[in-house]
Amino acid sequence: MTVKLNVEGLTKIFGRNPRAMLEKLEQGLTKDTILKEFGHTVGINQVSLEVNEGEIFVIMGLSGSGKSTLIRCLNLLNRPTAGKIMVDGEDIVKYDGKRLKAYRQHKVAMVFQHFGLFTHRKVIDNVAYGLEVRGISPAERRELAQKVIDIVGLNGWEEMYPNELSGGMQQRVGLARALATDPEILLMDEPFSALDPLIRREMQQELLDIQARLKKTIIFISHDINEAFKLGDRVAIMKDGVVEQMGTPDEILAKPKNDYIKKFVQDIDRSKILQAKNIMIRPNALVSLKDGLKVAIKEMEQAGISSIFVLDHERRLQGLVTIDDAIKALKEHKPIKDILQHTYSTTAPETYMNELIQIATETKYPIAVIDNDQKLLGIIARVTVLSNLV
Amino acid sequence: MNYFPENLRINIGKYIDQAIEWLMQNFGGIFDGISAGIIWFLRQIEILMFFVPWWAVLILIFLITWRVINAKAALAYSLMFFLVGCFGLWESMILTLSIVLSSVIFSMVIGIPLGILMAASDRFNSYTRPILDAMQTMPSFVYLIPALLLFGMGKVPAVFATMIYAIPPVMRLTDLGIRNVPKEMIEAAHSFGSSNLQTLIKIQLPQALPTIMAGINQTIMMALSMVVIASMIGARGLGLDVLQAIQHIDIGKGFEAGICIVFLAIIIDRLTQSIGARFKYPK
Repeated sequence: MTVKLNVEGLTKIFGRNPRAMLEKLEQGLTKDTILKEFGHTVGINQVSLEVNEGEIFVIMGLSGSGKSTLIRCLNLLNRPTAGKIMVDGEDIVKYDGKRLKAYRQHKVAMVFQHFGLFTHRKVIDNVAYGLEVRGISPAERRELAQKVIDIVGLNGWEEMYPNELSGGMQQRVGLARALATDPEILLMDEPFSALDPLIRREMQQELLDIQARLKKTIIFISHDINEAFKLGDRVAIMKDGVVEQMGTPDEILAKPKNDYIKKFVQDIDRSKILQAKNIMIRPNALVSLKDGLKVAIKEMEQAGISSIFVLDHERRLQGLVTIDDAIKALKEHKPIKDILQHTYSTTAPETYMNELIQIATETKYPIAVIDNDQKLLGIIARVTVLSNLV
Repeated sequence: MNYFPENLRINIGKYIDQAIEWLMQNFGGIFDGISAGIIWFLRQIEILMFFVPWWAVLILIFLITWRVINAKAALAYSLMFFLVGCFGLWESMILTLSIVLSSVIFSMVIGIPLGILMAASDRFNSYTRPILDAMQTMPSFVYLIPALLLFGMGKVPAVFATMIYAIPPVMRLTDLGIRNVPKEMIEAAHSFGSSNLQTLIKIQLPQALPTIMAGINQTIMMALSMVVIASMIGARGLGLDVLQAIQHIDIGKGFEAGICIVFLAIIIDRLTQSIGARFKYPK
């Protein structure tokens, strides 16, 4: 995994003389003191983080935590007071006007909370804006814009004005406009906060689908921890301009660093964030088709279970054998093939836990997690899913 | 009764007199040049306006109004123009329109760029505002006399005086229109690497256009309200007819010319407003 973007000791202070305030920060004065005594606002303070290529990195925090200030530094809409922002090994803070323009035109694009659409331009001209600024010919930019419009599902809306569209559709325009320049880095500043919950969920899913195809490096701002954990490959939680904890959702869930994070994590509806692959376990007993019934019974006995999954030589799931059937078949000298059951349930590794609840209530056996080739990845005990209901 | 002490009196009037005299002596050539330029421009406008026959003007007004408002208004407005002709004031009206049109064009050419500058710079804005207030409230006779001295009698000081009155609204509303463009929209433009000029031309000006159009409408109205004063310093037109009627205590003639000015004001106001409304985008 290569590091795409590396932020080191980034500080942004708003006010008349931000540089002078840097010293005060170093002397250990707090954000509140600096605001009250000196009238300067500390947006972010000594933030360092690394974003890997192709991942969704979510910066999450409540309002006033500095998350928007931070993301606006990444394309220099905010000029940092101190610190480095290394993109592909170059410090963009040092860029002159020309190189900054090139950076914004080619490498980075932004999606805004309130869409920031140009209301005097049609959807297609909004989407093509970045290309227009770059000086691409009208015919070519129309073609490129049309491609992106197809990707985000805006077909047939090209000739409308943004204000004639619903909120969800407007943000699709915002997303398309950002994707049109084919940027390597996508900055998304609370893009779905202004949408109602149903549309928000739909857009989140759509973003994941698009990301699976385009593999951009996405930096996503959110104040909603459920959204953060659902979308983020890694998440940074911010408070008062400082990163409190950073890690994968699993890591943060497992080891919240302090009480503040703990309080956040409590709010989480785990069933909406955890996927089958996060909760599945390696089965401690399995049999292969070529093994005999005796092996199967022995395995069950050792593991203390009364049913066992049967695989072929490529780990493809073939069926399930219960202890009763196995003993009966042993007496009748039947091969294992003849007593395979198929009444168990399977699921894909990406299924969210809340969708598994229904399955878990209906089946008697553990749920088998399989990939597209029918290979068994793991199993989920019913108790793992159902205990979450309590 | 208390009086302000006599010995604290300052005579700045004297210095203003001297400044005007100094301007006349040292820069007379420049003012003559400006004067000649304005006259030349006015001539072109007049030639253009008189080139169109009266019935063509009626048809033109009818068609334009029909397109931007409706048939009823189109009929009413062309009837108004027809009446102006019947009052025997057609020529005066064309002369007035030429002065108004020239003043408005000059005001826009000067006012819109200055308005953009006001929006771009808070400092320039804070210096300009009191000047604009002064331009709109200073009684026009006060600057008419120096204008007369610098430009001589006739249409030029009239255009000059009209511009002083008519530039502020277009400047103010250009400034307002650009400042009211949502911040996120500007940020979006910058985030795609637009230069300031690209942002101005592609985003700020189109967004501000409805407001700027309102400013132009105001400018035209202001210019029209100056026609009588303009005629006092030798500009011909409807203002002169009013003035002559006053001098001869000819109430009827005064009303005829006055009504024509009102007709012009109504027609121009409604037409520019309706045209301005076409620049609005779905909200």
